[in-house]
Amino acid sequence: MTDKITVALTGNPNVGKTSIFNAITGSKQHVGNWPGVTVERKIGKRVHNDIEMEIVDLPGTYSLTAYSLDEIIARDFIIEEKPDIVVQVIDATNLERNMYLTTQLMELGVKLIIALNMTDLALAKGDSIDSEKMQEFLEVPVISTIGSKGNGIEGLLDAVADELHKTRVTENIFTYDSDIETRGEELEKVLNNDPYFAHYPSRWFSMKLLEGDENILKKAKESESYPEIEKILNELDADSFEAKIADQRYKTIQTMLRQVCDINTEHLSGSDMVDRVVTNKALGIPIFLSLMWAAFEITFTFATPFMNIIDIFFGWFAETATNLITIPWLSSLVGEGMIAGVGSVLIFLPNILLLFFMLSLMEDSGYMARAAFIMDKIMSKIGLHGKSFIPLVMGFGCNVPAIMATRTIEDTRDRLITILITPFMSCGARLPVYVLLAGAFFGRDAGVVIFSLYALGILVAIVSAKLMRSTILRGEDAPFIMELPSYKIPTLKGSFIHMWERGKIYLKKAGSIILIGVVGVWLLASIPAPGSGGVFASEEVYGTTNSVIGVIGQIIEPLVAPLGFDWRIAVALLFGVVAKEIVVGSMGVLYGAGENEDTLSDILAAGAMTPLAGLGLMVFTLLYAPCFACIGVIKRETGSWKWTLFQLAYGTTLAWTFAFAVYQIGSRIGMLA
Amino acid sequence: MLGIPTKLKRTKGNNMNEKTLDLIEPELSVKVLKVTGQKSSRKRILDMGLTPGTRVDVIRRAPLGDPVEFKLKGYNLSLRKREAETVLVEVVE
Ligand SMILES: Nc1nc2c(ncn2[C@@H]2O[C@H](COP(=O)(O)OP(=O)(O)OP(=O)(O)O)[C@@H](O)[C@H]2O)c(=O)[nH]1
Repeated sequence: MTDKITVALTGNPNVGKTSIFNAITGSKQHVGNWPGVTVERKIGKRVHNDIEMEIVDLPGTYSLTAYSLDEIIARDFIIEEKPDIVVQVIDATNLERNMYLTTQLMELGVKLIIALNMTDLALAKGDSIDSEKMQEFLEVPVISTIGSKGNGIEGLLDAVADELHKTRVTENIFTYDSDIETRGEELEKVLNNDPYFAHYPSRWFSMKLLEGDENILKKAKESESYPEIEKILNELDADSFEAKIADQRYKTIQTMLRQVCDINTEHLSGSDMVDRVVTNKALGIPIFLSLMWAAFEITFTFATPFMNIIDIFFGWFAETATNLITIPWLSSLVGEGMIAGVGSVLIFLPNILLLFFMLSLMEDSGYMARAAFIMDKIMSKIGLHGKSFIPLVMGFGCNVPAIMATRTIEDTRDRLITILITPFMSCGARLPVYVLLAGAFFGRDAGVVIFSLYALGILVAIVSAKLMRSTILRGEDAPFIMELPSYKIPTLKGSFIHMWERGKIYLKKAGSIILIGVVGVWLLASIPAPGSGGVFASEEVYGTTNSVIGVIGQIIEPLVAPLGFDWRIAVALLFGVVAKEIVVGSMGVLYGAGENEDTLSDILAAGAMTPLAGLGLMVFTLLYAPCFACIGVIKRETGSWKWTLFQLAYGTTLAWTFAFAVYQIGSRIGMLA
Repeated sequence: MLGIPTKLKRTKGNNMNEKTLDLIEPELSVKVLKVTGQKSSRKRILDMGLTPGTRVDVIRRAPLGDPVEFKLKGYNLSLRKREAETVLVEVVE
């Protein structure tokens, strides 16, 4: 007979939980080193001694008073879903703070097992920890492990199996001062008499009430016995109780630690030495910028050949397919619709894989927290967290992986704002549009114009962040209380797993939206306009005034006319939502470039468009709705169509307003006319 | 006693060394006296181990002056000055 049980893995951030999870389940999971990076609940299976274990990797949490979304997920799982066994992974080099969570788990009365992880680092540091004594003291199994190497995992699983059949539930060994205990007992009496609280361990619940935990208080308010609870709570000095309870938990830990281990406090760790350089007043910023530059270059330069290969391959594939299929509309659907669509999904993969490989190295090594530490001052000026900086910079390469990289930002509001402003970072795909237009209209000043566009994007992002912070996403800035974990040597395996995870998520979740978008635009361009008598997807129809998209272009022409655009620009911009660089190609087709040896740039410069409208078009391209790939990841990362549509509407409105201002003000003052 | 001049009283009083954590220069060590401030950040700060009596070493300020890095209970923590301001401490030798 096999038992089926649930085992929850919990612990502070960065203690090696994910490594242990991977070692137990063998599953391909993310390994990171930035506090709170695990957002999803990860589940894996393992059979040990005929017991079928379902292992749940919970997000890192410092305490059972939950602050961030991550922590609420972790706490609610333990309290509400009552796993059979809770394994707390502890960083042996950081016992005191790690065990603060232990005291609370013990109060909860869960069946607890401690995985004493990073024992290799503790040893290297010169600490000696007597795990047997610790086990005696806590009355729970304590198993030494090295998560990154998978040492001690079998022992840990044996302990889980053993503990399962023991009836003894961890006794509460922590007692507080008598004034707290007296109050606690009074509260427990009330709780025990009300069936509403039967679900919760009464001692833990009463201590949480005394601590003034808002979440718990809210739960209590829904009960019938709340007046009695309120009466007890009103009689005491809540603030001092809050500090006292935290203090006494730490005191108990200290008492125990004095008996079970000998910590080398003299030791100046390697981490401290690295930090002297890396977060140094003079060197910190240059080092950070060089690392950013290197990461950026590697991500976007290394990716280029791979992207070219994908591009060439899909170009060839589409052409071959088009030639092989004799039915014209089908050949266009396959070639220009489907194959091009799949190509436009895959083209981003090299960027995504490389960026996440780099990010994972930075996270696992511990540098990411330093980057946030260094950049926080600047980011806090626009109401954001230091961690928002990296995604924004990466946005200059490609918005798609940049938006996926916001996952590391814990505060939901900060994260949302970062996602919403990232599309204003002018990505690489917009550059061809600038190069063409600036080249055609501004000759020697093209460089200045392009630079100004980048600057405008940054400015719009900053102002938007401030605006959102003070209107739709109002609220106190999240407090900045961040651990700087000690540096570790990242494992290549961990980074590869992480990279692959992100790639898979992108293909699965964003891929379908991109594909639908691309095929949708193809349909609009192929369906003949009613009454035009054209043939579906024929060359005479595709993308011309005889197609639905052409008609739409003509319908919206009055809307864009104040910007100096005609229907052809409107159609090119609609195509641009597939991918921004397509704006150039579509304009080429629509303006008949190549027909008489004239390049698009010549045609434009010869007066097809005024320079002012050209400038407006660049501004429009910078700000309006991002490409489908970007829309796909915004949906995926915000989990909300509402916010996705908000970004589209907001960006497009801004684009229109700015292009309008450029064209109208420019014409009034007679500039460039 | 009537005879103690007020000036001396002030220096003798334990207010002398009492400061908020954001004002402490790097490389000094302090003892936490009290955490004030907004409820949610106060609880978080206490949970992270800045309980009264805890010794905290001020390590360094970030290159741009904020946030500040501290060492306590054997690990490193960073707080913005705004959060550090809510921690009342006294300098220890
Ligand atoms: N030396 C050593 N390194 C370890 C050990 N366990 C994990 N690591 C490393 O520590 C870093 C963080 O490990 P993770 O498993 O991502 O930690 P986590 O607790 O899941 O972190 P979050 O997901 O950020 O909460 C990685 O670089 C691991 O390779 C260990 O026992 N010894």
